[in-house]
Amino acid sequence: MVELTIDGIKTSVPEGTTVLEAAREMGIIIPALCYHPGLTPYGACRVCIVEVVKGSQSLLEASCTLPVAQGQTIITSSAKVSQARKVIIELLLAACPNSKTLQDLAASMGVNRVRFKIKDKNCILCGLCVRYCKEQMQSGGIGFVGRGTSRRVATAFGETPEECRNCNGCEWICPVCERACMAGSLTDGVCGRCLNLAPVETCPVCTHCSEAVGSSGHRVY
Amino acid sequence: MDSVREEKVEEVIREYDSSRDSLISILQDVQSEYRYLPESILKLVARKLGLPLIQVYGVATFFKAFSLKPRGKHLLSVCLGTACHVRGAPAVLDEVERKLCIGPGETSEDMQFTLETVNCLGACALGPIMVMDGEYHGQMVPGKVQGTINRCKKSPRGGKK
Repeated sequence: MVELTIDGIKTSVPEGTTVLEAAREMGIIIPALCYHPGLTPYGACRVCIVEVVKGSQSLLEASCTLPVAQGQTIITSSAKVSQARKVIIELLLAACPNSKTLQDLAASMGVNRVRFKIKDKNCILCGLCVRYCKEQMQSGGIGFVGRGTSRRVATAFGETPEECRNCNGCEWICPVCERACMAGSLTDGVCGRCLNLAPVETCPVCTHCSEAVGSSGHRVY
Repeated sequence: MDSVREEKVEEVIREYDSSRDSLISILQDVQSEYRYLPESILKLVARKLGLPLIQVYGVATFFKAFSLKPRGKHLLSVCLGTACHVRGAPAVLDEVERKLCIGPGETSEDMQFTLETVNCLGACALGPIMVMDGEYHGQMVPGKVQGTINRCKKSPRGGKK
């Protein structure tokens, strides 16, 4: 067992646990987009960053890929963390404004403007679909193609691969396809509708969906 | 795909003991044989190594050294890095484009030349620099382009990198 402190609360978790899992076990909510309990951590979206305190200094690290260490001190919701998360969600929104999951997350963090140039790629390259296809379906039909700004999720040579089982899991797990933002028009990169829901806070029922809940309550699937 | 090609690829794969870890090396060897990676060969490599095709395809599209389009006999790279740029690389590139009638990333119709641009070759003191079939030509000026291309045409060596 490894002992660590998260948000001032001492806890002990088995070795090999990640900071994100340890925090969620304690009921501390850390938003994450590329994390899924059934898949290997990937650390692509960076939304789950936390502050790791080392002496008088602190570092920002992605909690989903950070293994717990003896005597570690973690802060999950400092001003530094929320400031960084806001910028990250703005960047993600600029690449993919039509995702309800992203818009909800932005709303719950108080992001009401995207300052970056919007280049709609309809994908945040979180790799959930790629990992789902490979790890859960043992298929490996889709993957990342290209590099840098031209990187995208695709099939080889644009053909439906033999390995594909038509499970549609890639669409089911995708934070963009699953629930597209239906706002129609966007102002400053945000749809604005979700902002009207008050109070907005992250759903405490299921700790992994990071869905912002408004007056209508939690959506049950 | 003709069986000669297939045998050649199988031989390369055998050399690496059909190891999945050697994917990049296998693709490099196959590419130096055919100068590019044909679709049928990528499928064969994936089958022989027992890898999903997308993994092989992902690697082949990730590295700039691999090409999925047929490439010419001679490979010509013009450096457009900062140092070469300020020393006049764009003029050299323009001249090459004019002489070969192809743009960056394209191959001439007679399959003799492929033109590429690179962002830095690490030889900034020699800039503007141009690489022809692995041979560095420093301090290029538009006037020297035709001569370099002519010399390259005469050499029997193909565009092996």
